[in-house]
Order: sequence, then structure tokens, then C-alpha cells
Amino acid sequence: MGSIKLKNVTKSFGDTEVIPPLNLDIEEGEFVVFVGPSGCGKSTLLRLIAGLENTTSGEVIIDGEDVTEVTPSKRGLAMVFQTYALYPHMTVRKNIAFPLRMSGMDPAEIDKRVAAASTSLNLNDYLDRKPGQLSGGQRQRVAIGRAIVRDPLAFLFDEPLSNLDAALRVGMRLEISEMHKQMGTTMIYVTHDQVEAMTMADKIVVLQSGRIEQVGSPLELYNSPCNTFVAGFIGSPKMNLLSGKAAEKYNAHTIGVRPEHLSISDVKGDWEGVVGVSEHLGSDTFVHVHFDGSSEPLTVRADGDLELEYGAKVYLTPDLKKLHRFDENGRAFKL
Amino acid sequence: MAIVAEQSRFSRIFWPTLAWITAIVVFFPIFWLVFTSFKTDADAVKPEFLFKFTPTLENYSNMVDNYDYWRFAGNSIITSVFATIFALVVGVPCAYAMAFDPTRATKDVLMWMLSTKMLPAAAVLYPMTFLTKNFLGIYDTKFLVIVVLMLVNLPIVIWMLFSYFKEIPKEIIEAGKMDGVDTWGEIKEILIPLAWGGIASTALLTFIFCWNEAYWTVRLTTTDAATLSSLIEGNRAPEGLFFGRLSAVSTAAIGPIVVLGWFCQKQLVRGLTFGAVK
Ligand SMILES: Nc1ncnc2c1ncn2[C@@H]1O[C@H](COP(=O)(O)OP(=O)(O)OP(=O)(O)O)[C@@H](O)[C@H]1O
Ligand SMILES: [Mg+2]
Repeated sequence: MGSIKLKNVTKSFGDTEVIPPLNLDIEEGEFVVFVGPSGCGKSTLLRLIAGLENTTSGEVIIDGEDVTEVTPSKRGLAMVFQTYALYPHMTVRKNIAFPLRMSGMDPAEIDKRVAAASTSLNLNDYLDRKPGQLSGGQRQRVAIGRAIVRDPLAFLFDEPLSNLDAALRVGMRLEISEMHKQMGTTMIYVTHDQVEAMTMADKIVVLQSGRIEQVGSPLELYNSPCNTFVAGFIGSPKMNLLSGKAAEKYNAHTIGVRPEHLSISDVKGDWEGVVGVSEHLGSDTFVHVHFDGSSEPLTVRADGDLELEYGAKVYLTPDLKKLHRFDENGRAFKL
Repeated sequence: MAIVAEQSRFSRIFWPTLAWITAIVVFFPIFWLVFTSFKTDADAVKPEFLFKFTPTLENYSNMVDNYDYWRFAGNSIITSVFATIFALVVGVPCAYAMAFDPTRATKDVLMWMLSTKMLPAAAVLYPMTFLTKNFLGIYDTKFLVIVVLMLVNLPIVIWMLFSYFKEIPKEIIEAGKMDGVDTWGEIKEILIPLAWGGIASTALLTFIFCWNEAYWTVRLTTTDAATLSSLIEGNRAPEGLFFGRLSAVSTAAIGPIVVLGWFCQKQLVRGLTFGAVK
């Protein structure tokens, strides 16, 4: 239970079309991440699935049933909002119990489920507090608790971690992944953070201006991005994209090389450049190299203990097996 | 620095003084009224007896014994309470729909509702009297007074509620939808508890407006449904000689509302400033 299908779904706000006709299949139990730049329509798409937004045309199908005209409360989905959207007038306990109470569940059963959820989310000490008395991370746990107690067909997350600090974000990311492995429920997760997308997803949907650019597993997108947009969006640091003379040598309009597929040497190599800023992370060093064939400095992922003088002359060599070629429309092709 | 200190000393003296003057100017007629209600009609018209008179309760006992004060007061309470309740029963769902599910027409509808307040009441006096008396046969009934009071106040009620509901984040209502709540549940479980302060302020103000309403209550009632406004109106003797009596009636009419307002000051301030004061 929990397969979701979008059939020729479109959405316009007034005269502006935010989602052009879009098709998407989400399998039962999958962890799907919608990723894309701000304003590309990720939230809108999620809200269309939730029913919080009406489709302009097309169908939303959950478990084989057309739910396009069904109200959100009857779709059996749970959602976690970026702003948490807890009920400020209710205690944590009442917040978590709310969907169960609304479904008319037996109070004893409600207590049991709330206890189970709050234990698994480490919320036992806060059950009698109001949301206003909690930290952001705790609020997010309550929001997740409210979503999991009622065994929904699927979970919808809209940038649930973007209001948390970096350390907490990594922790919660793991917890949500763990939750997914244990429950096996379909999850749709919206983020603009490609690291979150790569680390959590079974399937990533890359969106731009409401269009799906590519759908695939994290490694598929990493290894064979279908166009320059996806190539530049997935992977961190970003893929180096070069066009012009440097690309022509490789029979392409544009070529892409990931920072980890460039080797650096001070003796010889294919491209001669000048060292700019080096960022030392300990495990890796990101070296920015100015090269005539590229308008932007190229990023190289090098050894953690590499020390290079600012302004020194270096040579870069791309790994030919890992080189991406794109035509004049930005589409990837193989030789 | 010196200038700042200078200014703050100035405002320390100026603003409280202004506030006191305003308060005294506003309060004085009421003070006068209450004072006069304890004088005999003869004393009341003589200015030299402003403070020098023998206080009497004669006006009040007269009012209760001969003018049926309690019946008028009862009518005022019943009509104001029910008009307030009905205005909220209509206004809450209405404001809810406009705040959380607006369409292109919402702004216009809100303006249109407010524009009904621009219609001079006198312009519809004749049709209102004629239709209710000769056509519907509900002239001088509490039902009519309740309906009229409710309708007269509905635009304000909806505007106030709308502005309170607008302060509630949309996501909270959406979370409710996702949690399986229907529209009535959203109103009952989420909206009303969250906007409780605003709804209470609105109810209080509406009640006061209903209580004080005089134009329609005086003109659409004679005896059965007459409210305290009618009682005051009825004691406004053309000879103008019964100031003591009139003052007692007026004091007894505004008394309950002043007491109510006193106890609910905080809510009232919030209500009158449309939630601008946190
Ligand atoms: N209610 C609305 N009325 C009009 N336009 C809207 C509305 N909601 C969203 N849009 C527009 O639709 C587009 C997509 O918005 P959406 O919120 O889905 O973007 P997003 O991908 O979630 O961005 P972000 O990462 O910033 O949250 C934006 O251009 C936005 O301006
Ligand atoms: Mg968004």
C-alpha cells in the first residue's frame, strides 16, 4: 500500500503555469526525494499529492484509485511541514494524539500508540509541554510523531530539516532514513539540499521550473546525468563544466568533470592552470584552479594533506572514463 | 544626550496630562449624569445645586415601580445576547472561509459588506417598518430585534474575525486537514481554540454595540420587545423637566455595560485595536 502516480498533472496559479504536464510513478515503499532550486515547484508538487492544492488538470492516483477530487483528510497521507505546524494550543501529547482522536480511535489504543511514538522519538520528557516551550529540533520530532502514529499510506516531508542547525540536520537525516528502513512506508521528501537528496533517496526526482529533468537512483544521477542542469546540481562540490576549445578536443559542445575525477600535478598534465584558493577539510582539499579554457575556476578534490602555494603553476588531467559529454542543447551523449 | 533627556521629561509630563484632560472631558458628562440621577427633578435643573443637594433614591424606585425597568432590561439582555450569538454563528464560518480559502472575489466581498454600513439607516426606515408591520407581522417582537441587531453588526463581526483569523498560520489549518479533520472539525478543534481571544473580543464588542443600539430598537418596537434604549427615549419628556428621572433611567441603562467593560478591559482593548496590541 502506498503507490502514487501522477498522470499529466498540471498546475497554474492564475495565468502562470507552475507545473507543465508531468508524469511520475512512485512505487510502494520507496523513498523519493524531490530536489531542485528554489521556486521550481517542489512544494507545489507535494501539495498536489497531498490535496492541499487542486490540480489544474490531470490525475493523482494513490493505490490505483483516482483521488484527484478527494479532500486531503481522506487521502490517508501524513505531512511534515517546514514550519512544523504544530497546534500551539495543545500539549505535545495532544498534538501527537490528534489524528488518532479525529479518526475516533479507542482512547486506550491512542495512549498506547502515543507512548510508542514518543519513546521512539525521545519525547517522553516533553509530553506535557506546549510546542512554544520546545526547541526547533524537538518540535520537528513532535511533527514527525504526529505523522507516524496513524500509519499513513505515505509520508510527505516539505523541507523538514531546513530550520535546524547543521549538526542536528545530519542527525535527523539519519533518523528519518532509519525510520524509513524500519517502517518501509512510502516517503516523499522535498529538499533543495542535494546532499540530503543523495544520502536519503532511493529515487531522486530533479525538478527545474516545474519540469522533471531526470529521475533515478542517487548513483545513476551521479554517474550519468542526462543534461548539464542535473550534472551541475547533483554532486558536491559541483561538477566542472567547460565549453569552447577545451570541450572541442573531446568532440563535445560542453564537457563535465567532477572534482574527484581531476588529477593534479606540478609537472605535467592536459590543462595548465594557476592555483587559487585551497580549502582544507582535513579529509580532502578542494583546490580552485584558474584555467584559460574555463570562465570559472575549476574545482579539484585532492588529498587532504596536499599543500599548494597560491599562484603556483599546476597541471590538471581529467579521468577520460569519467568524462561527461554534452551537446549544444546541454543533453548528455556517449561517443 | 541632553536633547533625549529633555524630550523624555517633556513627554513624561505632557502625555499623562493630555490623557487626564481627555479622560476628564470624556468622563464629565457621565459623572454629571450619575450625579443628577440622585437629585429630585426640581434640584436637577438648578445649576447652583451642582454639589449641594439632598441625595435621593426616589428616581430609581420610581423607575422600577412605575416604568417597568426590569422588563426593558430583560429585553436588552435577551436581544443583545442572542444577536451576538447568531452574529458569531454566521460570522465565524464566513470569516474562516475568507481567511483560509480566499478567491479572487474575497476582497470585494469584504468591501461590499463594509459598504452596507455606509447606507444611512434612515433611508430604509420606511420599508423596514412597513414590511415588518404589515407584511411579515413581526414588528415589535424580540425576534425582529435580534435579527436586525445581528445584521447591523455582522459586517463588523466578520471584519474583526477575519483580521484575527488572518494571524493564524495557514499551515496549522493544513496540518489539520492532513490529520483527517473535516471543515467543521477545523473550526471546532483548531480555529476556535486558537482564535479564542479574538472571538471573545469580537463577542464583547458586538454585545456592547447591540446593547447601545438605539435607532432600530426604538423604531421597530413599541412595548413587547422594547429595550433600555426605548426606555430612555420614552423618558425624554418634551417639557425637559424630568432630568432626574431621565438620568436615573440612563444610568441604569449604561450601568451593566460599564461594569461589563470594566471587567473585560483587556479583551476590549485588543478588540478595538483589531489585534494590533499583543
Ligand atoms: N499560491 C500561489 N500563488 C501564486 N503563485 C504561487 C503560489 N504558490 C507558489 N507559487 C509559485 O509557484 C512556483 C513554485 O513554488 P513552490 O513553492 O512549489 O517552489 P519550491 O520549489 O517549493 O521552492 P522553495 O525551495 O523556495 O520552497 C513559484 O514560482 C511560486 O512563486
Ligand atoms: Mg517549498
